[in-house]
Amino acid sequence: MTRFRLQAITIVVTLLPALGLGLRFATEGPGPNPVEDLTHVTGEWALRFLLLSLAVTPARRFLGWQWAQPLRRTLGLAAFGYAAAHLATWSIFDLGLDLEAILADVLERPYVTAGMAAFAILLALAVTSTRSSIKRLGARWVSLHRAVYAAGALAVLHHFWLVKADYRPAIVHGALLAGLLGARFVWMRRARAA
Amino acid sequence: MRKKDLPSLPSSEITDEAVFLNRREILRLGTTAALGAALAGCPAAEEADAEPVRPDTSGLRALDFASPENPAYRAEDPVSSFEDATTYNNFYEFGTGKRDPRKNAHTLRPEPWSVVIDGEVGKPGRVGLEELIAPAVLEERIYRFRCVEAWSMVVPWVGLSLGDLLRRFEPTRKAKYVAFETLVDVEQMPGQRRRVIDWPYREGLRLDEAMNPLSILAVGMYGRVLPNQNGAPIRLVVPWKYGFKSIKSIVRITLTERQPPTSWNMLQPSEYGFYANVNPEVSHPRWSQARERRLGNFRKQPTLPFNGYGEQVASLYTGMDLRRFF
Repeated sequence: MTRFRLQAITIVVTLLPALGLGLRFATEGPGPNPVEDLTHVTGEWALRFLLLSLAVTPARRFLGWQWAQPLRRTLGLAAFGYAAAHLATWSIFDLGLDLEAILADVLERPYVTAGMAAFAILLALAVTSTRSSIKRLGARWVSLHRAVYAAGALAVLHHFWLVKADYRPAIVHGALLAGLLGARFVWMRRARAA
Repeated sequence: MRKKDLPSLPSSEITDEAVFLNRREILRLGTTAALGAALAGCPAAEEADAEPVRPDTSGLRALDFASPENPAYRAEDPVSSFEDATTYNNFYEFGTGKRDPRKNAHTLRPEPWSVVIDGEVGKPGRVGLEELIAPAVLEERIYRFRCVEAWSMVVPWVGLSLGDLLRRFEPTRKAKYVAFETLVDVEQMPGQRRRVIDWPYREGLRLDEAMNPLSILAVGMYGRVLPNQNGAPIRLVVPWKYGFKSIKSIVRITLTERQPPTSWNMLQPSEYGFYANVNPEVSHPRWSQARERRLGNFRKQPTLPFNGYGEQVASLYTGMDLRRFF
């Protein structure tokens, strides 16, 4: 498969959750709380694509999947896209673009603080995701993009802090994140020992 | 929002007295033909915003709860659609998603059903549902319903006064609180296989809250029998409190001397209090309670103190620090 085709397929895959929701709204109607559905779907897939993006390097190392490398950015940008939609839904429909209310929530509600911090990181990473950025920033680009680990942790925390009683999905995501970060920790230690 | 004064109903809308007194008999016989004429005048059936009474599509029994509406308890807000009220539910006994109860509650067997009334009462006993509601006057009450998650709806419940029912069992002088329990049965309620809640679901009220005229036990909604996902066959509705207080599928009512344990308070005491009065000024620790999303609306709207029922219930709490007793 050509690299172009692989990217194209991946991009289509990243659009599927959005299309799925749109299709559901079109056929079944908006349902009782479409804003909640929109918030959940965008939040869920922001986190999932972020985890998938973080899985690329371990897949390369442990499974030998070199072909996956170009997808790391695609998946990361998908995560950013869904995160932006998630933030837009919340700030427009929940808070009516009331900047004062938004700021109050960011400062007073820990789960919002965590979510906003995660988004800020993803924004910085999205903006510097181009080849010219990589060239311009050099070694600093690598340091900057390590913040994706923090973004992942903050996103999981954001989810955890939202849950009322059913912690299972948050725990699963947390465990996956821990695994993906743990893997990197392991081979970093090995590299140092060598 | 439509502004309506407490109506003087046109005589065509007031149920003929003879028909009304016969209503219990008619309900027991399950005959709906005789009610046809009375139904035509029933305000609920003419409510422009309510779903028309639907044919039996989701296992609801054909028994028609064409009860007179009590105009003193009619919220001015537009009634939520039957579709919304029956497909968007928190009923963890059937799964933790909002759509799960509608999908999974078909395994519940709401009949035969009995409720145990015990504790500080002169006449304890296990009472079959029919016997429990037979002496009662069924009324339709259109109440606002506000979930602690900051969404809300307006539901035309059909029910009976909780206070009247409790009085029939003669609470003793030691009775200060009323405790409620939901069914525990993993066959009927598969969500109970997971201990998201320490089953049975438990709730409670102070006795004066239970005796308040607003407090009802609902056995129907939208002129029909309660769907399973809404807490069939009998549930509590206390409209000035967050929805989790309105316990569903009740199997036991106990009059107690001390404040009883309640499920959400046991799960997370810092977030869910015993009183759980709707209060825009007291936030949930993790989110604001100042606004709510009325199902069907995109934007949120301001939340009212006591969910707009302050006139009827604020006096129950004079002198109480509602931040402390949240």
